[in-house]
Amino acid sequence: MSYLVHTDADRALMLRRIGAASVDDLFTPIPRELRTTALDLPPGSPESEVAARVTSLAERNRTWGSRSFLGAGCYHIYVPAAVRSLTGRSEFATAYTPYQPEVSQGTLQHIFEFQTTISELTELPVANASMYDGASALAEGAFLAARHTSRDGILVSAGVHPEAREVVRTYASGPGLPVADLALDPSSGRTLVPDAARLEGAAAVLVQQPNFFGIIEDLEPLAEAAHAAGALLVVSQNLLAAGLLAPPGQVGADVAVGDVQPFGNPPNYGGPFAGFMACADSYVRQLPGRLVGETLDADGRRCFTLTMQAREQHIRRAKATSNICSNQALCALAATIHLALLGPTGLRELGATCIARAHYLHQRLTELPGVSSAHDGPFFNEFAIRLPVDAALFAESLRELGVDPGVPLGRFDPAWTPLLLVAVTEINSPRDLDAYVDAAADALAHPKEAVHDR
Amino acid sequence: MTDDCRGSRLEPLTFDRSRPGHRGATVPTAGVPAAPIAHLLAGASLRTRPPALPELSEPEIVRHYTRLSHLNHSVDLGMYPLGSCTMKYNPKINDEVAQARGFTDLHPYQTEDDAQGTLELMWELEQALLVVTGMCRATLQPAAGAHGELVGILMIRAFHRDNGGASRDTVIVPDSAHGTNLATATMAGYKVVELKSSDRGLIDLDTLRSNLSEKTAALMLTNPNTLGLFEEDILEITRLTHEAGALVYYDGANLNAIMGKARPGDMGMDVVHMNLHKTFSTPHGGGGPGAGPLAVCARLEPYLPAPLVSRRDPNEAPMRRADCREGCASGPDDDGACCPRFGLDYDRPASIGRVRGFYGNVGVLERAYAYILSMGGDGLTQASEDAVMNANYLRTRLSGTYDIPHDRLCMHEFVASASRQKRDTGVAARDVAKRILDHGVHAPTIYFPLIVPEALMIEPTETESLAGLDAFVDILVAIDREAHESPEVVTGAPHTTPIRRPDETRAARDPMLRWRSDTG
Repeated sequence: MSYLVHTDADRALMLRRIGAASVDDLFTPIPRELRTTALDLPPGSPESEVAARVTSLAERNRTWGSRSFLGAGCYHIYVPAAVRSLTGRSEFATAYTPYQPEVSQGTLQHIFEFQTTISELTELPVANASMYDGASALAEGAFLAARHTSRDGILVSAGVHPEAREVVRTYASGPGLPVADLALDPSSGRTLVPDAARLEGAAAVLVQQPNFFGIIEDLEPLAEAAHAAGALLVVSQNLLAAGLLAPPGQVGADVAVGDVQPFGNPPNYGGPFAGFMACADSYVRQLPGRLVGETLDADGRRCFTLTMQAREQHIRRAKATSNICSNQALCALAATIHLALLGPTGLRELGATCIARAHYLHQRLTELPGVSSAHDGPFFNEFAIRLPVDAALFAESLRELGVDPGVPLGRFDPAWTPLLLVAVTEINSPRDLDAYVDAAADALAHPKEAVHDR
Repeated sequence: MTDDCRGSRLEPLTFDRSRPGHRGATVPTAGVPAAPIAHLLAGASLRTRPPALPELSEPEIVRHYTRLSHLNHSVDLGMYPLGSCTMKYNPKINDEVAQARGFTDLHPYQTEDDAQGTLELMWELEQALLVVTGMCRATLQPAAGAHGELVGILMIRAFHRDNGGASRDTVIVPDSAHGTNLATATMAGYKVVELKSSDRGLIDLDTLRSNLSEKTAALMLTNPNTLGLFEEDILEITRLTHEAGALVYYDGANLNAIMGKARPGDMGMDVVHMNLHKTFSTPHGGGGPGAGPLAVCARLEPYLPAPLVSRRDPNEAPMRRADCREGCASGPDDDGACCPRFGLDYDRPASIGRVRGFYGNVGVLERAYAYILSMGGDGLTQASEDAVMNANYLRTRLSGTYDIPHDRLCMHEFVASASRQKRDTGVAARDVAKRILDHGVHAPTIYFPLIVPEALMIEPTETESLAGLDAFVDILVAIDREAHESPEVVTGAPHTTPIRRPDETRAARDPMLRWRSDTG
């Protein structure tokens, strides 16, 4: 309780000045029948005991370091020490939304740098100050398209992360926007371009790049088809690939969304991260969330401020573009700093290392008996393999050999039970890759029961 | 106060400073046999122009962001009485324990066995939040208060659909409500009706009665409300609303006022969100990340987003004796069964579905959990007592100088008004707020709630000392004097901050939302 600052003498003095006989008097506006006197929680603990308790919980988790090959929307990427050192500065961490720009230029400027960074990586001219996460940003992208086109149909590629597809459906259930899936080509793993009949009345086509299975989509024909039907193409983009792959803006996307997680934000059991949203100039008045703009102060110096707030809930109330209020500024700052440290060269090199190692591992694994590639389309740092056994059992065997080999996809769809989604990043060293292959060969040679018996 | 002094403190953008060839991080080379990138990416469209990310060394980047940090006000620098935002002190231990590698390296798709520590933490946090709110079950998924609101209203929609209320199309919101309440209702596909507050700043029962109908899906409210006033008729409000077949949503933004004093569940609330970044002290981060867990009553439990964290007793799901934790309450029994086991329950057929990827802003949950352990039940109760006392102290001391439209016992915050100053001197609430900044204190929330003209919404929180409160009173009294003696000093404020007032009209008229090489 060391965060409480008053002595009993302070309290007595204050109550006297308020004119209250006791602290209970202050709570008399609460009807008597509602009043409680205590919380049924344990008493407070000294800091040392809190530290011991919470740390013991952290230690109870098991993590795999560079022997983890889990991805599926959340990636193990080394976070440079400077990132945490800077985001941990309490001037950033303990400020709030920059409502008073004169004392918030630090936050406003780093958000402006974030918006610029996202604009560069998506190659779209406008980006907002961040969203909750990639999945909810995708749903907001669908809503933006519905507002802009005054249509309601949402077409979602089956190559979008299953959880993000679910989020789109949840959001759409409120206003009752119909959501339909677009199938993948079973061999390439790429989204099949819908025909005009399928696109009739659609507000948005939602795809993911690279898609959930790691396959690099061919976005141009999807953009052409969407635009011919008057719909918007909304692309959920993995920024890890942004140094090498054609950005959404280059290939005709109207809106790009995604999650900054690979940069500056460790997995942390799924959050907090920051979503982003970028768009063409024509949709800027429909953007949800905060926007920071450049302007001049009363002395004519460049400065930054929240702008175009007439879109937002605190001004527009029931007519706002979204109910979103807070953003994920500190997570966005982490990404901005990490990407500034990398620069264009580092980003490209990071992508190149991920891709080379992923392709090496893919080749070695698919040489093993019974293991095949799930798709033959091009991939970046992530790929799905088809196993001769239940992928979850295979993964269990490999964990016993010290490797967490990927995400068994049966957890998302029983039809995917033999599929394992493998992600490779720069933290997985060549030795880790070889250890994975050896363990996989071992596990396949001795199926699960045999491993148990040893 | 000179321009030179200010100018020297501003910082160029990283993009302005960029010089080709510099870099701040190196990455490992592939180290495996691999074909050229163009070959590996055959069939994919490639980027034709490198992104214009800044090219800077690590020392340059560290100095840049350190200098930027100096341009911010923050809780750690000074008082931050931003009404409805609960800018209390953020204990350092919470940040430290949340950085443990066992937390940060944990991938969301690891097995439940691997994640027992985090799952146990999430379970215990949920239980503590249920104790504070008096509710039945909670989801930790929402990333923020407004996100929790959306979950809650979508659940209410699902409930009505299953209970013959599909034609209910309206959400009632008091005119003192947070803007998010109205925006949430709209986003969830509802019409919004605003309820005019009574002269006492509360919900008027007759007005409520005349607005409730078979079309009403829900009433959304904050209690204490945004005037800092407790809705004294709350039991009648929830009774009438339920009688009309509608549900009541509790916006927990102001929960810091009532911990250990009253529970939303006892008030008859059906759905309650909490803002962990407010009540439970997690750092606001310049706008996030926060967390907005949502707790519900039993009849809404089936609709909660999946997955929920589950706890199975040792007898149901025995763990191996070797895994028994030190200090485990149950201890291994003769059969080797020990320790409850925590998991993720996806088997929720009536769930409205997810509202985000994975399970929530777990890093924020960890900090809130540590805070609750530190404070305990007695400490949280004391925090609410002190928060309410601090607000009433400021209200009492300022009431001679500023109009306080509802000058009676408030809870954790109150709303003053600069309308007297505006009438007598031309100094408006905005000017008072800007002048406060010159004193190293953040401004209150201004022009909100909308029902008070020239509103100054003040929430000191419990972590402000008596000396700090007195200093704040002195500042506001001095500004009132200035308004009468030299109003131009106040209307021209701030004078000592890194910049003066920005031209907001220019920013909105011709939006410049990113750096351009020709404007730097």
